[in-house]
Amino acid sequence: MATLLEARQVTKSFGGGLLDRRHTVALRQFSLALAEDRPSITAVVGESGSGKTTLARLLLGLLTPTDGQVSYRGRDLVTMSRRQRRIFRREVQAVFQDPYEVYNPFYRVDHVLSVPVAKFSLAASRAAARSLIEDALRAVGLRPEETLGRFPHQLSGGQRQRVMVARALLLRPRVILADEPVSMVDASLRATILGALRQMTLDLQIPVVYITHDLATAYQIAENIVVLYRGAVVETGDVELVVKDPRHPYTQLLIGSIPLPGVERTWAADGGAPANPLPGAGATGCLFADRCPSAMPACRVSPPPLFQTDRHRLVACLLYREAPTLPAHEMATAFVHAVTPRGGGPGTPAAPPAPAAP
Amino acid sequence: MRPDVLRVRGLSVRYHTPGGAVRAADGITFSLRADERLGIAGESGSGKSTMALSLLRLIKPPGHIEAGEVWLDGRDLMTLPEDEMRRLRLARIALVPQGSMNSLNPVLRIRGQVADALRDHGVPTTRRQLDERLGDLLPRVGLDREVADMFPHQLSGGMKQRACIAIAMSLSPRVIVADEPTSALDVVVQKQVMDTLARVQADLGASVILVGHDMGLMAQFVDRLGVMYAGKLVEISPVRDVFTAPLHPYTRMLIASLPSLERKGVFQGIPGLPPPLRDLPGGCAFHPRCPLAVDRCRRETPVLREARSDAWAACHLV
Repeated sequence: MATLLEARQVTKSFGGGLLDRRHTVALRQFSLALAEDRPSITAVVGESGSGKTTLARLLLGLLTPTDGQVSYRGRDLVTMSRRQRRIFRREVQAVFQDPYEVYNPFYRVDHVLSVPVAKFSLAASRAAARSLIEDALRAVGLRPEETLGRFPHQLSGGQRQRVMVARALLLRPRVILADEPVSMVDASLRATILGALRQMTLDLQIPVVYITHDLATAYQIAENIVVLYRGAVVETGDVELVVKDPRHPYTQLLIGSIPLPGVERTWAADGGAPANPLPGAGATGCLFADRCPSAMPACRVSPPPLFQTDRHRLVACLLYREAPTLPAHEMATAFVHAVTPRGGGPGTPAAPPAPAAP
Repeated sequence: MRPDVLRVRGLSVRYHTPGGAVRAADGITFSLRADERLGIAGESGSGKSTMALSLLRLIKPPGHIEAGEVWLDGRDLMTLPEDEMRRLRLARIALVPQGSMNSLNPVLRIRGQVADALRDHGVPTTRRQLDERLGDLLPRVGLDREVADMFPHQLSGGMKQRACIAIAMSLSPRVIVADEPTSALDVVVQKQVMDTLARVQADLGASVILVGHDMGLMAQFVDRLGVMYAGKLVEISPVRDVFTAPLHPYTRMLIASLPSLERKGVFQGIPGLPPPLRDLPGGCAFHPRCPLAVDRCRRETPVLREARSDAWAACHLV
């Protein structure tokens, strides 16, 4: 089984020359490997400033790593030939956050769909192109006759975002990278769009990287999760383990802070304030130490390695130093790979096509 | 039952647009009780923010309040002269605005912004008095006193939002209207800000109206929850009832569309889209998306009525 997209010990820092101390490390020693023919969704979760978007841009080759490398089918994105890069551009598709910004308001929505078809010569004739586009739209629950020929402002945010998912689908990609695809969409449409994304992984048998700040949707659609804090992986592995029984103090804080839409579980009492702050920590050691209730002196010495607390979970925290460590670039070996199609959820073809304006 | 603090009756707001008039809030009727936290939830375009701003008469043209009464302290706010309304704002009914980053003056230190608000309400603000006030206000929202001498750009999003809460509470209002106070914040900070708001509310013995789209936040924060759809209040019930036994089909489907952290694969979108406000379907505005719709739903607009004790819904079927 070949590795498609791979990040090996990628670090990205911004700003600052040698003498400038203001430089920011957006992502630290990040590794991830997506294997072919494994239709699983990997969620990358973090708050603002955790390096999520930097990661997306690195994986798409829109940013060059400061250290480490990102490769596709074993070839470094930086040294790729033009031809290889063209293949990469087609096979790795992105769905971005803002369904308003990606459109040129002067073109009809057809434009974002027909350009890639022409550019990558996906269809032999105009009619073939049209039917390709229509199929892709139907796959995300849109009616082609109500979508094509319209201008972006005539569609709702949810429709626009579904068109973007359709565009990604159209190119028969091998990897999908979705950066906050539903954060600007209303709750009632979120499930539909994520359902389309989920269905796509199953139909096309491709891996998806789902980057989000929303743990609840990550839990719903992903098999594996990577929790980032200030650019570093704090906990990763099987989403069931990480979300249901978080081990890292940061993951615990994050999950405890989510306002759950139900009355069974209530928000914990006041939390988040450092109970036992270690001033000056974070510079060399664990980045969370200055907010961590369990911080100890060893936490500020060096960044904690990944401890394998379970077969399918790694935690970067010294509280688990009894467990064996795993080198960061082998992180993906702890992931679960079984695909579990779920009945009744977003995995099933969600929602009949939407009437545009009843 | 606790006495009412604020009574809203038939509040309607209309926006004039080039494409015709749009009624963004339509006949909103509810009461806010003493010490209560009331949530008003809805998706984008449901009219929740319009409703919130109209309570304080802060609707700007092309919008205007078309009809309705808002009773506070025995007076109908909608009929007060503007200068009296101006005195009541902040003093009796305060707003924590959406997006604190845009509502603070970027060239004024926090001290100056608080002073502005107090001065406008005739509170004397000598340097000593102001220091005293700030020394009292800022710790109550979990901010250091030093924050008083900082500019908004020196504060994080959560700190700015707390500064807004400090201003809102500065004259001990009876009602605080918080319009999506945490929509731009991370969950950890969001929880801290909501904890702050809860503490302030308890301190003042005020009532809070929380307006927002996040049903999770509502479940965790409010006592009673109203749900808006296409400009109308379609349900208002104790929050436990809304989540365990929702009355209106829209509420039911909205709750089913929320991803849970408990069980996997149980969230399902609502088919279709909300109708454009300038072209609402006849009868119940939700009928084109409602799986239970019958003929009557297409013809007749349902009114809000009490279906169970304290639980109200606008649906022919309940």
